[in-house]
Amino acid sequence: MTSSLDLEPKPAVIHIVRTRGDRIFRGILIVGGLISFLVLAGIFGYLAQSAAPILKAFGFQFFTDSSWYVGDGLLPSEGSMDPPIFGILPMLWGSVLIAIISVGIALPLGVGIALSIVYLIPKRAVFGLTVFIDLIAAIPSIIFGLWGFFVLIPHGVLWSAWLNEKLAFIPIFNVEFPAFEQSPFMAGLVLAIMITPIVAVVSRQIFSLVPPELINAAQALGGSRWTIIRDVVLPFSKGGIVGGAMLGIGRALGETVAVFFVLQLFFDEVNWYRILESSGGSVASLIIAKFGEASPLEVSALFAAGLALFVVTLLANAAAAVLVNSSKGKK
Amino acid sequence: MTITSTLKSRKPWDAKDKKYQLQQLLVHVGTPILAVLVVAKTGIRGGSGLFFTWLGLHLVTGALLAKFGRRKYSIANSTIEILLAASLIVFITAAMSVLAPVFTKGTAAFSSNLLFQDASTTEPGAELITGGILHAIIGTTIIVLLASVISIPIGILAALYVTEVRGRLTPYVRFFVQAMSGVPSIVAGLFVYAALIVSGVLNFSGLSGAIALSILMLPTVARTAEEVLLLVPDDLRSAALALGATQRKVIRMVVLPSAGAGLVTSSILGIARVTGETAPLLLTAFGSTQINTNPFTDPMAALPIYIFTQMLLGTDNDVARAWFACMVLMMMVGLLFGTARLLVNRRNLK
Repeated sequence: MTSSLDLEPKPAVIHIVRTRGDRIFRGILIVGGLISFLVLAGIFGYLAQSAAPILKAFGFQFFTDSSWYVGDGLLPSEGSMDPPIFGILPMLWGSVLIAIISVGIALPLGVGIALSIVYLIPKRAVFGLTVFIDLIAAIPSIIFGLWGFFVLIPHGVLWSAWLNEKLAFIPIFNVEFPAFEQSPFMAGLVLAIMITPIVAVVSRQIFSLVPPELINAAQALGGSRWTIIRDVVLPFSKGGIVGGAMLGIGRALGETVAVFFVLQLFFDEVNWYRILESSGGSVASLIIAKFGEASPLEVSALFAAGLALFVVTLLANAAAAVLVNSSKGKK
Repeated sequence: MTITSTLKSRKPWDAKDKKYQLQQLLVHVGTPILAVLVVAKTGIRGGSGLFFTWLGLHLVTGALLAKFGRRKYSIANSTIEILLAASLIVFITAAMSVLAPVFTKGTAAFSSNLLFQDASTTEPGAELITGGILHAIIGTTIIVLLASVISIPIGILAALYVTEVRGRLTPYVRFFVQAMSGVPSIVAGLFVYAALIVSGVLNFSGLSGAIALSILMLPTVARTAEEVLLLVPDDLRSAALALGATQRKVIRMVVLPSAGAGLVTSSILGIARVTGETAPLLLTAFGSTQINTNPFTDPMAALPIYIFTQMLLGTDNDVARAWFACMVLMMMVGLLFGTARLLVNRRNLK
């Protein structure tokens, strides 16, 4: 009885003998693959090393204080008579606030654009529109800075005044004094236009992965465009859309020069929610604003700020990568 | 004898329903016209006023069409369609308002000396007929070329690792490349400043700028190259291996040639991504007013730095020069981008 089992074919095992050249070649590829890890580790290491003097002196207070006082540029331990006080809470919260505003605008806009590309506009126009969106995504951020300063702010001041006049009973539209020029709202608007293409491109990728049989079935059951979007497309692509938004947040947190021109930095107090007021914060913008004439200790503080920025954006991007990938894998 | 039916089908599957098309035309063309008239009569101000008037009116007329038109569907459906159209309009308007001034103000500031002189003798606020941006164009070109030389080979190697070696580390490599693509540009600048300039390895120079840019460029190249390499059919690899090729030969003689145009595209996209970066260059290349063709020693100018410093000077003439530089920069990016697009299309046609 068992003899028939013995006759069953067994898969042959192939031993690959790699030549020496091949092994060297694979080694080179591995190094190439690991460079991104080395660079990330290097960034963290060097920033942490350069930020160490400040982080040792101020500890965690560096992230919870509200001050940018240079003093005489010496630490108390070095016998300073007029010690500096650095605390970047207004900048950290400012970065988060403008990121929230920009994603709050860019998320509906980007998803709307992606949905129109897939379900609304004629097929012939799709190509042109996708090229246009890619092109907008490629516009250098400095150009957005000029646009924000010269084109957006004159209009945005009118919108802000209107919002403040009609909706001041909502706390976020309240201001302490009516100067609207370089507010978190403006920075949020500039960033919103910059990250809308990102949200749109990611959402569109995810939408195109919705199995057509699901959509056909929904149509056959009498679903309209709206019910199909609500009950089939959006539930399927939730994760991917959130991932696209996280990518946008990462970009918004790290954006430097575009924000620099449209946001008034204010170091002494946190602007928690008055988005129309000309006082806000941005870690990236802080670095560029102070770097030029910074004393050695101040440079160390800027490195600490950069380290915080690096860690926060890394977390946002890691979360985005996990969400988008799992959403793509669902297919 | 034929039976003639008195019941006529409405043919819901027939797109060429004349009456329905007429109703649609009336609503979707009529409403914007109506909105313009309303705005003209009532004195609602500005483009945003027009937009919201149109949106409100169209939501109402769209709902009416859905409810009482020849083909009935839910009001929610008409609402979502109009909101989708509105999102497109908002984005396209905003995007055009970004692009338009670059070219109108850029051409307005044009005079030929801007392209052929540097800024070494230009005082802040000087007339537009003196000085130029040649130094910045040369600087940007050198820095970006150097950055490409550094990051394109490494990026393609990283992509090859993911698609060809497929070892245990593959998911991690992919993850780290993705994480690296999120490194803020200013952080890349800070890193190069700390690691190379403070420590005295390099000065403020074109090379430092190029290294900072290559950190930003590497993930773009690696990710797009990976997508391209994944398009190469596995059958080709298997066939080559079966013929006795070593893996190195498979990659060199089969994979890379068949992915060639795509790899060029991914490189160009990487270049386009970093050409306009400002923040890292301010911390590394630092900027200069003179032509400097040596990337190893002195600070080097670049278009984005030039625009930034002109903006800080702030007089009308300086800002006009900044807009002109913006136009040149945008044309460079657009050219790279267009080339990449053309190559993609040609590959798809093949």
